[in-house]
Amino acid sequence: MIKVEGLTKTYAGVTAIQDLNFTVEKGEIVGFLGPNGAGKSTTMRILSCFLPATSGRASVAGFDVASQSREVRSRVGYMPENVALYPEMRVQEYLEYRAALKGVRGRRNRQRVNAVKELCSLRDVEFKLIGALSKGYRQRVGLADALLHDPDLLILDEPTIGLDPNQIRQVRQLVRDLGKRHTILLSTHILSEVEMICNRVLIINRGRIAASDTAENLAGRVRTAGAVTAEIRADPAHLEAALAALGGVRKAEIIPLDDGWQGCTLRIDAKQDPREAIARLAAERQWPLRALGQEQVSLERVFAEITQAGEI
Amino acid sequence: MNFFTLLNREIRAYFLSPVAWVVLFFFLLLTGFNFYAGVAALNRGPSEITVVEAFFNTVFFWFGFILIFPLITMRLFSEEFKMGTIEPLMTAPVRDSQVVLAKYCGALFFYVVLWLPSLLYFVVFTRITRLETAGAAGPFIGSYAMLLLIGMFYLSIGCLASTLTRNQIIAAIMSFSVITLLFFLGLLNFFVLNVTPALREMTAYFSALEHMSEASRGIFDSRPLVFYLSLTIFVLFLTFHVFQSRRWRN
Repeated sequence: MIKVEGLTKTYAGVTAIQDLNFTVEKGEIVGFLGPNGAGKSTTMRILSCFLPATSGRASVAGFDVASQSREVRSRVGYMPENVALYPEMRVQEYLEYRAALKGVRGRRNRQRVNAVKELCSLRDVEFKLIGALSKGYRQRVGLADALLHDPDLLILDEPTIGLDPNQIRQVRQLVRDLGKRHTILLSTHILSEVEMICNRVLIINRGRIAASDTAENLAGRVRTAGAVTAEIRADPAHLEAALAALGGVRKAEIIPLDDGWQGCTLRIDAKQDPREAIARLAAERQWPLRALGQEQVSLERVFAEITQAGEI
Repeated sequence: MNFFTLLNREIRAYFLSPVAWVVLFFFLLLTGFNFYAGVAALNRGPSEITVVEAFFNTVFFWFGFILIFPLITMRLFSEEFKMGTIEPLMTAPVRDSQVVLAKYCGALFFYVVLWLPSLLYFVVFTRITRLETAGAAGPFIGSYAMLLLIGMFYLSIGCLASTLTRNQIIAAIMSFSVITLLFFLGLLNFFVLNVTPALREMTAYFSALEHMSEASRGIFDSRPLVFYLSLTIFVLFLTFHVFQSRRWRN
């Protein structure tokens, strides 16, 4: 659906994105992550034909964004980061206008406008002036706009920014539902969102793709995977030495708890699970063991590691 | 099809904003006063000019006339740039040329609406005084046709100015300056004494004052017709290219 080859964009000498390469297959929901200024919006603007690339090629559904821009635009539903609307128009009026502009006319215009109003819960504000809408409603008008022509590809630039937690949940559910029929590329800063709805994650850092994989695989690739924690009653010095000697453990930290119990936190290598070994160790030495667990690696950690330490 | 969708939105944008109504109100006030002044001048004694001539050739007329173009056109592109609505607009499958033409035609439509009430002045005058305002249809058609022609050209300049900046005030200042300069170019030989005949002839082409004076007497001249039409097309062509260049400038 999307094919990006060697895409580069410079603004007055500043490189926004550099030699970007990635593809998005039909039906995928791809999360586009990266710190502010990494080039997410620039990439999305190029894909939606708002900005031309300095060099490189990008195509959507087989059409080149530069030379077949109108073909691309009629197949892409784009929701910009800052949803800009005409404040003097009413929601209904605006959606009708936008649908017509995208070639949805006549009976279908009314059908589609009604459908997206339903999807984005805009029924109760349909006759309100856009200028009088709250931020949350405006975001939803922007999203509704992107859906009007039932596009093959949805490009959503931070669709949940400025929404309250309930609305975020609604939009997330909506995106997940839309993902059944559309290909979606969405950028966000809320990492849990990506873990919940995306099949695949693209992490962009300083204008380059730093990682591209499923959220789980990315977590597995992180150098320090989730820490293992245990609570054991034993002599701290012996305990620390014994734990550190286990395979896959980088470092063991011991914190004394109540009544002779020691809280242990083990930093481990990727794809290692020393929990079984710890249980065996405790049994052999006859150390009482009352808790044993492993932290889940969140995408947050992955993101931090990749965007701060460079590529993995 | 897209053109009409865009044009519809442009026209609605005018009448949905208070600016249009304020401009309309004060413009009517100004032209109304102008009409009154013209008739009052004719009342002072025997005169060789008609009411139509008096209406279209006063200082009040020209003052208001030059001022409305920046006001009508300044928002066309600048507002979209400033508010960011250019992004949804240009990511919809529309052509740049459609956008430029729709915006221009929207402005032209508003300009025509601005002048429509002035027709009433002449109707009312004839009703009350039972006197002719022009003597024939020629001066009427000529005056309003010239109004349209000059308007088309000046509006295109305003359109161009608006594509150059995201600031409406700057757009207005630019178009106002250019229009005023062009307007006074036609009067060059009044200010500068040693104008060569060739230069005088050239600047005469720009003399909206002279064009209007002739048209309001019912004289048809094809030169201003060709002049204004070709310049309008040329400036719109420039506008189109400047608008396209936004993609490479930022």
